Amino acid sequence: MEEKIKSIIKTSGNSPDRLMDILLSVQKEFRCVPEEAVSLIASALGISEADVNQTKTFYHFFSSKPVGKYAVYLNNAAVSGMMGMAEVADEFEKQAGIKFGETTPDGLISLDYTACIGMSDQEPAALINSVVFTELTREKVKEIVAGMKEGKTVESMVPEYGDGNNAHPLVKSMVKNNIRKAGPVCLGDYDAGKTLSKALSMNPKDVISEVQKSNLRGRGGAGFPTGLKWLFCSQESGERYVICNADEGEPGTFKDRVLLTERAKMIFEGMTIAGWAIGAKEGIVYLRYEYDYLLKFLNSILDEMREKNMLGKNIMGKGFDYDIRIQSGAGAYVCGEESALIESTEGKRGEPRNRPPFPTQSGYNEKPTIINNVETFCSAVKIVEKGGEWFSNMGTEESSGTKLLSISGDCKQPGVYEVEWGMTIKEMLDMVDATDVQAVQVAGPSGVCVPPSQFSRKIAIEDLATGGSMIVVGKQRDLIKDIVLNFMEFFEDESCGSCITCRSFNMILRRMVEKIVEGRGIKPDLDNMVQWGEIMRNTSRCGLGQTSANPVSTTISNFRELYESKVKDVDFQSDFDMKKAIIESCEAVGRPPVVHE
Amino acid sequence: MSDTIKFTIDGKECTGKKGQLLVDAAAENGVYIPVLCHWKDVKPAGSCRICTVKVNNRYVTACTLPIDENCGDVENNTPELQDIRKAIVEMLFVEGNHFCPACEKSGDCDLQALGYKYQMMVPRFPYAFERRELDAKSPKIFLEKNRCIFCKRCIRMIKDEKGRSYFAFKGRGKHLEISMDEKLAANISDELAQEAMDICPVGAILKKEVGFINPIGKRKYDNEPIGSDIEKSK
Ligand SMILES: Cc1cc2nc3c(=O)[nH]c(=O)nc-3n(C[C@H](O)[C@H](O)[C@H](O)COP(=O)(O)O)c2cc1C
Ligand code: SF4
Ligand code: SF4
Ligand code: FES
Repeated sequence: MEEKIKSIIKTSGNSPDRLMDILLSVQKEFRCVPEEAVSLIASALGISEADVNQTKTFYHFFSSKPVGKYAVYLNNAAVSGMMGMAEVADEFEKQAGIKFGETTPDGLISLDYTACIGMSDQEPAALINSVVFTELTREKVKEIVAGMKEGKTVESMVPEYGDGNNAHPLVKSMVKNNIRKAGPVCLGDYDAGKTLSKALSMNPKDVISEVQKSNLRGRGGAGFPTGLKWLFCSQESGERYVICNADEGEPGTFKDRVLLTERAKMIFEGMTIAGWAIGAKEGIVYLRYEYDYLLKFLNSILDEMREKNMLGKNIMGKGFDYDIRIQSGAGAYVCGEESALIESTEGKRGEPRNRPPFPTQSGYNEKPTIINNVETFCSAVKIVEKGGEWFSNMGTEESSGTKLLSISGDCKQPGVYEVEWGMTIKEMLDMVDATDVQAVQVAGPSGVCVPPSQFSRKIAIEDLATGGSMIVVGKQRDLIKDIVLNFMEFFEDESCGSCITCRSFNMILRRMVEKIVEGRGIKPDLDNMVQWGEIMRNTSRCGLGQTSANPVSTTISNFRELYESKVKDVDFQSDFDMKKAIIESCEAVGRPPVVHE
Repeated sequence: MSDTIKFTIDGKECTGKKGQLLVDAAAENGVYIPVLCHWKDVKPAGSCRICTVKVNNRYVTACTLPIDENCGDVENNTPELQDIRKAIVEMLFVEGNHFCPACEKSGDCDLQALGYKYQMMVPRFPYAFERRELDAKSPKIFLEKNRCIFCKRCIRMIKDEKGRSYFAFKGRGKHLEISMDEKLAANISDELAQEAMDICPVGAILKKEVGFINPIGKRKYDNEPIGSDIEKSK
């Protein structure tokens, strides 16, 4: 083991900022990061073991005990639940003979849950040793587990390949693109290299002003003007970096998955144009671990672009040196937050930084850095190709261009749609063929739960802003239990824990929702939850804590009658449950609890 | 003197140096902004959020904000902010397990002192009753995780001669815990162990073999509420 680990450390680059890569390789090799490895890594990198563990224990896909030879990670996001996850989980447990959270005694199979893996359009889905299995049913689970027992490779259990590059020899995945509507920007025609050549013959300042003219705003959710971000960064001095945010962790979004599969060159081209514009020499793609199945493919595209001189030294003979590398994540939603992403790329726990300074002033390696979403880079390519005005003529006043929507849940046509900003929710529901809709969750758990009375609202940054996640919730769903509780469990797990407010309030609010679901809630709980959520919003450092009360606050405001039907109309009720409290002692002495009401 | 910044806190006129952290500038002007994680001249953690103030109507943490021309009017002791701070103190009391009468730091504890300052009676939040461990492996230190408030002071400040950290976080979110490097902590010096205990705002880091050196009545906050030294300085 010692030899192997030493060679991993050597090939990953013997430096603390490569710790993520080291841990990823060790986990892959030994199916865990054992104590011995921690100790070897710590002494090689000159940091304490506690520091290595600090990074290791932050990420979902690093484990201390070996996961199974077949490590199953079943998605337990809300949409997976809506599409029948419980049945699938039950079948996995039956077939494997263990519960979730356990490994079979022979070490063959381990069962775990994981947060949204970016497959909401084909749930229930699971990762097995980073191979994706979609649209699972009891039948399919039986086959899969039988295959495991026969010793088949995971790859050989993939029944058929999906469309487009999902069938590429380096991908061979059953994932489907589900592109339902292609628009003129990201999913329209694309001629690789054409725009890069144009950009490199422009003055970098003019590239930035073209992007500014387009009014393009970030597609990752926050909607910051892209041109302005590039301008700020270009005005800083010294080394600079371009980072592409391919963490796509917001439950219910999967449009970046499709762009990574079908528009990889366009993304890299956009990053290169951005590098030219701001004066950077290096670009980094932060790829969520859940998309590891695309890693080899993406690296092969980078190689191809190097061969064609679209990357590397003296690109297209224009004297510009620039290259791109891919940094893998290891399972942490908060690493989609730009400064947490930088920390993670530097080999640390993904804890968002305090601002100021902003990444454009001090980002990766404390150097000025722009971070943009996958879709933002694709849009920038079209803008430089066709002009800012062409782009700004689409969409609404404040939201120009098109947006990719990832639409999932209770509708007949889930998938990716490229639409102009400004579409109403009602129009969207017609487009995806959804009827009997109770609510639409716009922008994922951190967004807004919109009731039918507001379906004429527009999808636009100035009204219903979204990074793309749109979850349709049918009337048959228990909104509080299936959606709100699931979302709060998600935030409770995914908070980095650094802010006392975010760490505690997410836990408290989750418990309060649980209390209401279990019928123990009282009326004052509702206002309390809203007020406590407000404190969390106002005092937390990053977007996670600032929005994670939204599932509670937006549903209490938009579906109050639903909550009121579930809570008791009293002012006080003791949380102390006598029966529950004495059950254990009664069991110990072997008599039933006697409680005098 | 373009480096001098003028601003107000709750209407009081203050001056400070450009780039100085608001919390330090305020202290120099005799204004106390409560802190739990801040330690002067150490890179801010911004984790306890108790120093939240409003600058130009936006919430910011005073321990992470370098002052500049845009500081303008700062709100500090408004009823709204006082309530937020009280809520944060209450939250820390329900999140961890704090049995003050049995704690060696009682009277020297910043969290307890803030509880008194904000007149906390009963926390408005339900207790979490999380089970947390006590790590007594080091010959010099008890790490009483029940009392940790995750301020990161020990992580940021207690290092060996090679710059390696004795303390680090483990896990994330609700599973977050403070941990101590077993190998390094086995050889920690008396001075460093004492320093770790002194900088910990609560009773989570305690030095072994000595205890209760300061009698009741002579502890930091026995006679004056927390922040009095700053408020009396001007
Ligand atoms: C908790 C959290 C998670 C986020 N996840 C993502 C993500 O997965 N992808 C993304 O592009 N942006 C994400 N963001 C937004 C980023 O912080 C950042 O604003 C964005 O990447 C900037 O790129 P853009 O301007 O092109 O949108 C997240 C923000 C927060 C607070
Ligand atoms: S708000 Fe939550 S996720 Fe963001 S830094 Fe604070 S604790 Fe971490
Ligand atoms: S042990 Fe003390 S100093 Fe360290 S993080 Fe916890 S409360 Fe802060
Ligand atoms: S003192 Fe400012 S966040 Fe803790």
